[in-house]
Amino acid sequence: MCNSILQVDVIIPTQTKYLDLIGSIGEHIAKDLDNFSGDREALAYHLNLVLTEATTNAIKHATLTTPKDTVRISIHIQDNELNIKVYDHGQGFDLETVPLPDFDQPKESGMGLYFIRTLMDSVTYTKQNDCNVLEIIKYL
Amino acid sequence: MKLNLEKMNGYSVIFIQEERIDAHNSGELKEYILHMIERGEVNIIVQLESVRFIDSSGLGALLSGYKNAAAKSGKLALACCKQQVLSMFELTRLNRVFEIYTDLNEAFESEA
Repeated sequence: MCNSILQVDVIIPTQTKYLDLIGSIGEHIAKDLDNFSGDREALAYHLNLVLTEATTNAIKHATLTTPKDTVRISIHIQDNELNIKVYDHGQGFDLETVPLPDFDQPKESGMGLYFIRTLMDSVTYTKQNDCNVLEIIKYL
Repeated sequence: MKLNLEKMNGYSVIFIQEERIDAHNSGELKEYILHMIERGEVNIIVQLESVRFIDSSGLGALLSGYKNAAAKSGKLALACCKQQVLSMFELTRLNRVFEIYTDLNEAFESEA
């Protein structure tokens, strides 16, 4: 289970047309992982989804306050840990107060963080200096 | 959002011509479906064969269409979902909300 170190840093304008690019990077990384014995296709979809959702959130937060902002996405793999950090400069929110979706009365929004929490192993959202960081960890 | 609309067996069938539905194009899909419903096309099937990726905003756009069609005594069903797309409906339990058919014939026959 020893993947060599991989680090990908991407900075994009706060425009949703770049979601495909970010999601595709996650998908490619999953497909090229060394020594991964799980369901590679499922992992590829899940990384695509989680990166898409996290980046969408960051774009939304940024465009509310500073439309010409950028979003930085950092993906780091070492040993069996995949770590994603998405940085935004918005007002931030309290991750703990985001409720689970109501499955009996489904709503059109609020499923993005649920996907991230359900498909990944650890999610935190913290304020660091001048920005917020959504940190997502998946054990491979 | 690239899509085609065809009238088939009394249904308005939307053939999505994108591999990906995400926050970049889901708003357009939502608006398109809303306009259809406003002009009285309330029995809708969304054919998802080309779609290999859908995110939460895509699910939200389809759910919006479902609710608005139901409010006008119509329905919005789905057909030809790829397995991984289907798994997103399962994860959010929206598979209990939508009628999801293997193909268009199955969708038409269900109403026969």
